[in-house]
Amino acid sequence: MSVLSHTASAHHPVAEPSPFRRPVKIGLIFGAIAVYIAVVGILPLIDARWIVVDVVSLGDAALIAIGLGAGAAVARRRAPTSSGLAPLAAQALLAGAIAGGMLAFLVIAMSLLDLRPIFIALSPMLLETLTFGLGVPLGSVILIVSGAVLGVLGAALSLGPVTIRRPILIGLSFVLVFGVFQELIQIMMQFGELIGDLRETLYTWEGLSLTGAAIIFVLSAGGAYLWTKSLRTQFHDRMAGLSPAQQAHVRTAKIIIGVLLVVLFPILAGPYIGQVMMLVGLYVLMGMGLNLEVGLAGLLDLGFVAFFAVGAYTTALLTADSPHALAAWTAIPSVSYWVAMPIAVFCSVIVGILFGIPVLGVRGDYLAVATMGLGEIVRVIVQSDMAAPLLAGAQGILQIPKPKIGSLELSDPVSLFYLTLVSSAIAAYFAWRLENSRLGRAWMAVRDDEDVAQALGINLVKVKLLAYGLGAAFAGLAGSIFAVMLTSIYPSSFQLLISINVLALIIVGGMGSLPGVVVGAIALVGLPELLREFGEYRYLFYGAALIIMMRIKPEGLWPSVTRQRELRAAAGELEEEEEAQELGAGVETPSFATQGLEK
Amino acid sequence: MSDAAVSRAFIPKLSSLSRFTFVDVVLWALRIGVVVVVVGGTIGTLIKARYGAAQWFDFLVFGVTIGSVYALVALGYTMVYGVLRLINFAHGDIMMTGAFSGYFVASSFAESGFLDTNPVLAMLGILAVAVTTSTLIAVLTERLAYRPFRRVRGLAPLICAIGVSFFLEQTFRGAFGSGVRAYPDPKWQKNTVDVFGFGVPLVEVLVVAAALVSMLVLYVIVQRTRMGTAMRAVSEDSDTAAMMGIDVNKVVVFTFALGGAMAGIAGVCYAFVFKQVYFFMGFTPGIKAFGAAVLGGIGSVPGAMIGGLFLGLVESVGPALFLDGIGIPAPYQLRDLIAFTLLIMVLIFRPYGIFGERMAKKRA
Repeated sequence: MSVLSHTASAHHPVAEPSPFRRPVKIGLIFGAIAVYIAVVGILPLIDARWIVVDVVSLGDAALIAIGLGAGAAVARRRAPTSSGLAPLAAQALLAGAIAGGMLAFLVIAMSLLDLRPIFIALSPMLLETLTFGLGVPLGSVILIVSGAVLGVLGAALSLGPVTIRRPILIGLSFVLVFGVFQELIQIMMQFGELIGDLRETLYTWEGLSLTGAAIIFVLSAGGAYLWTKSLRTQFHDRMAGLSPAQQAHVRTAKIIIGVLLVVLFPILAGPYIGQVMMLVGLYVLMGMGLNLEVGLAGLLDLGFVAFFAVGAYTTALLTADSPHALAAWTAIPSVSYWVAMPIAVFCSVIVGILFGIPVLGVRGDYLAVATMGLGEIVRVIVQSDMAAPLLAGAQGILQIPKPKIGSLELSDPVSLFYLTLVSSAIAAYFAWRLENSRLGRAWMAVRDDEDVAQALGINLVKVKLLAYGLGAAFAGLAGSIFAVMLTSIYPSSFQLLISINVLALIIVGGMGSLPGVVVGAIALVGLPELLREFGEYRYLFYGAALIIMMRIKPEGLWPSVTRQRELRAAAGELEEEEEAQELGAGVETPSFATQGLEK
Repeated sequence: MSDAAVSRAFIPKLSSLSRFTFVDVVLWALRIGVVVVVVGGTIGTLIKARYGAAQWFDFLVFGVTIGSVYALVALGYTMVYGVLRLINFAHGDIMMTGAFSGYFVASSFAESGFLDTNPVLAMLGILAVAVTTSTLIAVLTERLAYRPFRRVRGLAPLICAIGVSFFLEQTFRGAFGSGVRAYPDPKWQKNTVDVFGFGVPLVEVLVVAAALVSMLVLYVIVQRTRMGTAMRAVSEDSDTAAMMGIDVNKVVVFTFALGGAMAGIAGVCYAFVFKQVYFFMGFTPGIKAFGAAVLGGIGSVPGAMIGGLFLGLVESVGPALFLDGIGIPAPYQLRDLIAFTLLIMVLIFRPYGIFGERMAKKRA
């Protein structure tokens, strides 16, 4: 880890032979990204979603972002010695033009050759969109020119002062969010006369209107401008002026508001959002479980889906109204969900421990492959005819009743979401307590160095098996809820992909970090679910997210405090910073001032 | 745990029965269970005598065929692991890229009739395209995804490799569609060749021959050329090799290229045996081939070849021999189960493989 953060952070540009070599390279990289999203079929897909109706689609936005990004990359990574804005503008122009030129090249190739039989996404419609309906020659020229212009703009934006750049970016992101999620936002804005009027100004039937976009941009950018300019410092001064007790009050108030938002949101936003949030909740549950194994104990488990399956199947077998249920052919009576759930969790724990025993002596990357093999074995067995009399094989178990509280049946997504929420909250409490317990610290010791941990008297067998068992408990709980959510389960629902999903979300969120799990689940499960047409590209994003996170931000989006400290200490930054603070106490050097703003 | 500690913990001696723990019981139950299934199943099958000599021969030949494909893929795992200590999780998908690119050439050849009129040239052309593609992609993944992790220990490189695997699969899915595409099936491939009085499909003979030739070439490259010597030196100790003036970067790229080329050949062979390609096809053979590489002792080139063949044989003969005998219905559904069980048993009980002792010391 230590070396990784070194290579990531210590990127010192060296004197270059030619000032145009890097812009060319950057242009080629960004152009390749543009061509890639076109060839893979993402571009035609997102082009169908408007941000501002009849003005900008998500596809246009992506291409614009690529052009701006090329320019910004040129400006960002320029050697500190290089002087003058004119050469920089020329470099950014070149990078943008090359990026546009690669798209133009694709356009020309598409018009000359029939690539459709091989690349299914390169349809005539895409050609039409990419050339703005103006024909190939003119369209290509426009692509190159607009690339160049965007490159310069991007460089200018990147070099401009933060007080201007940030409001613009924030304003644009607000427009993006309000435009892309227009359906959901419009549903939420159906209450009341006043809100209804507001909705009509912002939105047309199909999406965000141009006036609406302008209003949102001005409001959010203006707000952001004021915030960066003065309010932020005022706010921090005010906060710093409060007594510790008052600060604690503010913190509790924040938490209460957050909880209220989460609880009330699905009621306001309707069943679809409820469904999505419930799915996010399930993945949060599983993420917390895998987090115990991977994040705390360092046991990379790719067979995690097996525990999820055990939870689901146990619940199904105990409660379902089907010939495969245990009640149908054994003396075990059919039980209610509330009895079945603890049993399911218990069974998962047992399976987790049994699963852990054989792989106790296996380490690191071998462990990943071994656990994946175990997970696949579980799936193959469940799917086979051999286990069919017991587990119903590929037909699955049907008619699992919804849980009931008294006479109230938790049948709609929103009420099931509350079940998930309560379970997640309880599970999160356990996870949080575990993390700070003796066991949690033992896990971390094992993660960092097994041999040393053992030498310190940690019982490796016990500690590791507890990691598997407790991790499995979370997955079993999630599986149990999953079974009643779908009311029928099939072996095909328990693919290796789920293990990878969960792994990806805790890595994106930050290994070993509880809030990170939530962030990761929202980013990797919630977002793709909301942008439904992306469904088939979800795993492409997962793959890319894993690679990019590991390269750029291995600690995750919301890293745990310990992890962050470790990584920084490893990179030698902590000492430096402490030293700097000691030296420069009270004296603010210019570089520190800008750093503060950047952050 | 060092090797000694592992053996103390997991291989109880009579004198240490007092320390026989629950964990040992489970591990011994696992061992005994597998042995009982294998021996009991074999006896049961042989008593039942459901399969004739011709069928057993078919199983064997198919096992050798698929095993030689596994061996080709396993070589890529083993060489990369030897040089970088990295499980190139995406290696199976690199095989898929070879099979896919070969598909487009093969289907155009089949359409023009070239595949029937000039089979030798056509097959060489398909192989050339497949090898070029997979080599290119293997080198690219090394450059873009793995190189930044060259000196990183821990889980990061493996997680990145999992990401690469998904990225490749989904890129191919997006670009070429998610459907299963049928590989061309020229008539001449169905001709049978007489081997020991049994008819064997020509395509299987060709696959085995192609695999053997490429493995021979690879062996010569690794053992006799300067680059191969450098590769072995880096795999032994990369820091010392660098100090001796070996360009480690070049060696790593070369290793990926070599592994990619083998995967490309394997991809075409696999596709011609199973007659179909789709974006996820590389995953399972990839995992199995990794198992084969571990089985033969990871880092050992001949080990990977033998491990691959062994795995192919067990997987092909296993369902009929072990599972049919104990009365399991539809044993062929459990072919992957046998392969994965073998993989796990190897990882648990002999992580240094059947031959390798050298690498085990380094891993510990």
